Amino acid sequence: MVLVPTGETGLMTMDEVEEAAEYLQPDKLVGITPYRYESLSINRQPYTTAGVRFAQVAKTSPYWQVDGAWPASGNEIMIGAEIARVTGITPGTQTRISGHSKEMSPFALDMVVSGVITTGGTEESVIFIELATLEKMMGNAGQVNLVEISIEGSQAELEEMALDIEDNVAGVAPRLVKRVASSEATVLGKLRSLVFLVTAVVMGLTLICVATTMMTVVMERRKEIGLKKAIGAESSTIVGEFIAEGAVLGVAGGVIGAVSGFFFAQLISMNVFSRSVAFDHLAVPAALVAAVAVTVVACLIPVKKAADVEPAIVLRGE
Amino acid sequence: MNILELKDVSMTYGSVKALQHVDLTVKEGEWLAIMGPSGSGKTTMMNIVGCMDKASNGSVLLDGEELSRQTSKGLTAIRRDKIGLIFQQFHLVPYLTALENVVIAQYYHSLPDEQEALEALENVGLGDRAKHLPSQLSGGEQQRVCIARALINCPKLILADEPTGNLDEANEKLVMQILHRLHDAGSTIIVVTHSPEVGAHAERVIVLEHGKIARMTSGTELHKSA
Repeated sequence: MVLVPTGETGLMTMDEVEEAAEYLQPDKLVGITPYRYESLSINRQPYTTAGVRFAQVAKTSPYWQVDGAWPASGNEIMIGAEIARVTGITPGTQTRISGHSKEMSPFALDMVVSGVITTGGTEESVIFIELATLEKMMGNAGQVNLVEISIEGSQAELEEMALDIEDNVAGVAPRLVKRVASSEATVLGKLRSLVFLVTAVVMGLTLICVATTMMTVVMERRKEIGLKKAIGAESSTIVGEFIAEGAVLGVAGGVIGAVSGFFFAQLISMNVFSRSVAFDHLAVPAALVAAVAVTVVACLIPVKKAADVEPAIVLRGE
Repeated sequence: MNILELKDVSMTYGSVKALQHVDLTVKEGEWLAIMGPSGSGKTTMMNIVGCMDKASNGSVLLDGEELSRQTSKGLTAIRRDKIGLIFQQFHLVPYLTALENVVIAQYYHSLPDEQEALEALENVGLGDRAKHLPSQLSGGEQQRVCIARALINCPKLILADEPTGNLDEANEKLVMQILHRLHDAGSTIIVVTHSPEVGAHAERVIVLEHGKIARMTSGTELHKSA
């Protein structure tokens, strides 16, 4: 959700923003980032500059890829990748920021560029500075142009909160980023279906592979099976041994699969979405159960073959 | 008392008559050798007596149990409880040690007892080779492990298929000494062999030809004729 000012000045006060925030469900609120836009120069070249609260930006825009580090103090800034490309500024470089305050008095400050951000969007042409520092430079504190709010909730819940703000807070208009949200939901839905499909195909292939492998194992150990039966093993015991062997392999495969699956999911998520994947405690037992189930099912036909081996083969010297 | 009685036993595989109307009794504590050329029906008889196959016709009574009326599970139980098998090719599980190869027979019979298995190996002179894999044992040693495995569950009948077929003279002598010891202790032994020297150790020898008992003699007679 974004909050935009309703007045002609294009600004809203932080008091209005705080009033609006009271209508948001605290347990679903991820972060609130106010944006104040000004024009400041680096090397006499003017750039759009956004005053933000960096601690909040990390929450509302987790997809930003930062080369370097997030600012840790008021005299540190971040610049977009496009500005870095044009100016040649790299993380850790000190640079002079200049401009004019609201009272038209000039200022120039030496700031350290702590990081360069890549987003694939317009942010790459923007200088980001801590809001309090920008307010000190420009004057006219407590006013912002835009507020980005990140909330974890359903469409209905978001609409209800937006309606409450619209009805109760003057000077602020909430806008749901519907298009982005619904397209993200569609993409994620399709992605989920694709993953389920791929999983089903992989499970099918695994079933065939395990069945083939176990069949080979049974054929290779035919003499051993015959011997065991000759010295008194019942078919059910042989079946039990092979199923147990399959189940142990299934558990081992499940553990390796769960660990490597989490590792690769993390890798893909960091590279594609720039977010880490939370560890799902249910995924491990689910993977183990699925792996054991697939192995045991795949063992059924080979095990039937093992049970059919005649003990007399050991006397025939086959 | 007879431990084994075959009455009018025949076995056919398609049109091949492997055994034809065989009658045979074996007394408890007797040592019988079954001899004959290849294809004479020795292995078929071994399979039937060893509960690994059922005769097409006739009656087979082993220690009072009629084998022809048994299910596959019943035959397995009789084989496990009453028979000790010794194979020409030893048939040891390659990834198990000598001791484990003996224990495995206990496992399928009742409860594994390593100490008892070790004593069985010591009885065949392999106490110091218990932890060796079959690949680390000589042919004679492997055959002695096979004998220890056959004896571990105290079977009523020991069935040996060419027990010295893959052994040199020295090891053949060792194995025959063990069989003599077992026989002296009261075990019933049936040995299938091509070798007149091995057959000569038996009290009684039957010679199969074309699935029939062609003649019956004593081990001593066989020894003299050899």
